[in-house]
Amino acid sequence: MTDPALRVENIRKSFGDHEVLKGISMTAEKGDVVAILGASGSGKSTFLRCINLLETPTDGTVWLKGEEMRMTSHRGERRPVDHRQVERMRSKLAMVFQGFNLWSHMTVMENIIEGPVHVLGTPRREARDKAAALLAKVGLSDRAEYYPAHLSGGQQQRVAIARALAMEPDVMLFDEPTSALDPELVGEVLAVMRALADEGRTMLVVTHEMAFARDVSSKTVFLNKGEICEQGAPADLFRNPQTEQFQAFLSRMN
Amino acid sequence: MDLLLEYREQLLAGLVTTVQLALASLVLSVTMGLLGAWAKLSASRAANAVAGAYTTVVRGVPDLVLIMLVFFGGQVTVNRIGAATGLWNYVEISQFAAGALTIGIIFGAYFTETFRGAILAIPRGQIEAGISTGMSGPLLFRRIIWPQMVRYALPGFGNNWLVQLKTTALVSVIGLQDLVYNAFAAGRSTGALFTFMAAAFVIYLALTAVSDLGLRALERRYSRGVARA
Ligand SMILES: Nc1ncnc2c1ncn2[C@@H]1O[C@H](COP(=O)(O)OP(=O)(O)OP(=O)(O)O)[C@@H](O)[C@H]1O
Ligand SMILES: [Mg+2]
Repeated sequence: MTDPALRVENIRKSFGDHEVLKGISMTAEKGDVVAILGASGSGKSTFLRCINLLETPTDGTVWLKGEEMRMTSHRGERRPVDHRQVERMRSKLAMVFQGFNLWSHMTVMENIIEGPVHVLGTPRREARDKAAALLAKVGLSDRAEYYPAHLSGGQQQRVAIARALAMEPDVMLFDEPTSALDPELVGEVLAVMRALADEGRTMLVVTHEMAFARDVSSKTVFLNKGEICEQGAPADLFRNPQTEQFQAFLSRMN
Repeated sequence: MDLLLEYREQLLAGLVTTVQLALASLVLSVTMGLLGAWAKLSASRAANAVAGAYTTVVRGVPDLVLIMLVFFGGQVTVNRIGAATGLWNYVEISQFAAGALTIGIIFGAYFTETFRGAILAIPRGQIEAGISTGMSGPLLFRRIIWPQMVRYALPGFGNNWLVQLKTTALVSVIGLQDLVYNAFAAGRSTGALFTFMAAAFVIYLALTAVSDLGLRALERRYSRGVARA
């Protein structure tokens, strides 16, 4: 048996005495698309951010392709044992943000080759060729020399996805990638994400797009108040919600 | 005019000293400013406290008092420490060193605030994007934080620098032969104080104009990607 692409075990996170995540465990096999649903404040973003250590979880363990992110306690504070391991694992866990977060002082091309060249050490020429192919894939070949400020939100998000892909990640983390977009721009980003799912990328997608969760995900997880309330194949889950909370959530979304 | 020509070497020497002093203290103050901003933004309480004390004290005391304190008090203190510990023999702090040190430290406090504000102005998400790409701290600073920080810091930096340049004139009080000192000396010995002070006036204006050009070039260079309306 091969190791799952991503496994998390008992992730907890508190801010002060407010416990936002109350022990979340899940596994994503290679090629899985996990849709993560939940009301605002249920801890979806915090969960994704604990996986790549943008937030340090109060407890719990993350494995990427079987490699454990090693943590230790120092005077009551948890922290990673080896920051180089964290950096290496982060480079294989690409994140796509709600607000795009492109580097505004770099062109589209520079944004995409930045990680490969400076973090992975890819030769610039090779990185540029690959970036050009990725831009073609997200439909933005003619925008390579633009700065982010001169692109629409949908275009910026597609660049951000290309930037994430350039790292050749093992797992991609999406935090509401379409929530900041005008309605008419949502489709172009979802189309790119569907294509990624079709080619077998492993993805965790926090989203409010029910159709995407239902049609594209291989597994849907419903978070409620920092706990997994329901999870399973989307077909079952959407047809047959087991809990009141999920029923209420679904009726609010429709 | 003839008078000015006659004293041109003295004026020129003063100008060179002023520029050297301004640049030396600029290097020090930018370094102090970066350290101070880092300390103020760091998670360490101790670093916060030290940086807070530094900016509060320096900004609350007149520049002239600090300059004289360092020049007259500094030398005594340094030599007392040297004698007590036996680590060094008698050292003499030159007027240039005392001036550069003090002005550097004073303006380091102002640069601390400028740089702190500039770092805070960088959208947090862009820093998180760097972190989640796997960038190490130094790489993140060099590639993401520094270029954007410079852009946000430039207006404040320009102001600080112009004030700092003018503040170097204070060291004539401790006898450093800068532009003001030499112009004043020449004016007094020739009885043409007005002529020489007018010359100093024009030279300072010229320095300011040159600075402005430099600052504008920097601004162009670091405003890459800024949406223009
Ligand atoms: N840095 C922080 N400090 C303190 N509290 C925080 C912090 N980040 C998140 N929280 C709190 O944690 C809870 C979960 O936040 P989170 O952003 O993970 O929710 P979410 O499910 O992503 O919501 P949304 O759908 O609005 O994005 C919220 O109550 C929030 O206020
Ligand atoms: Mg969120």
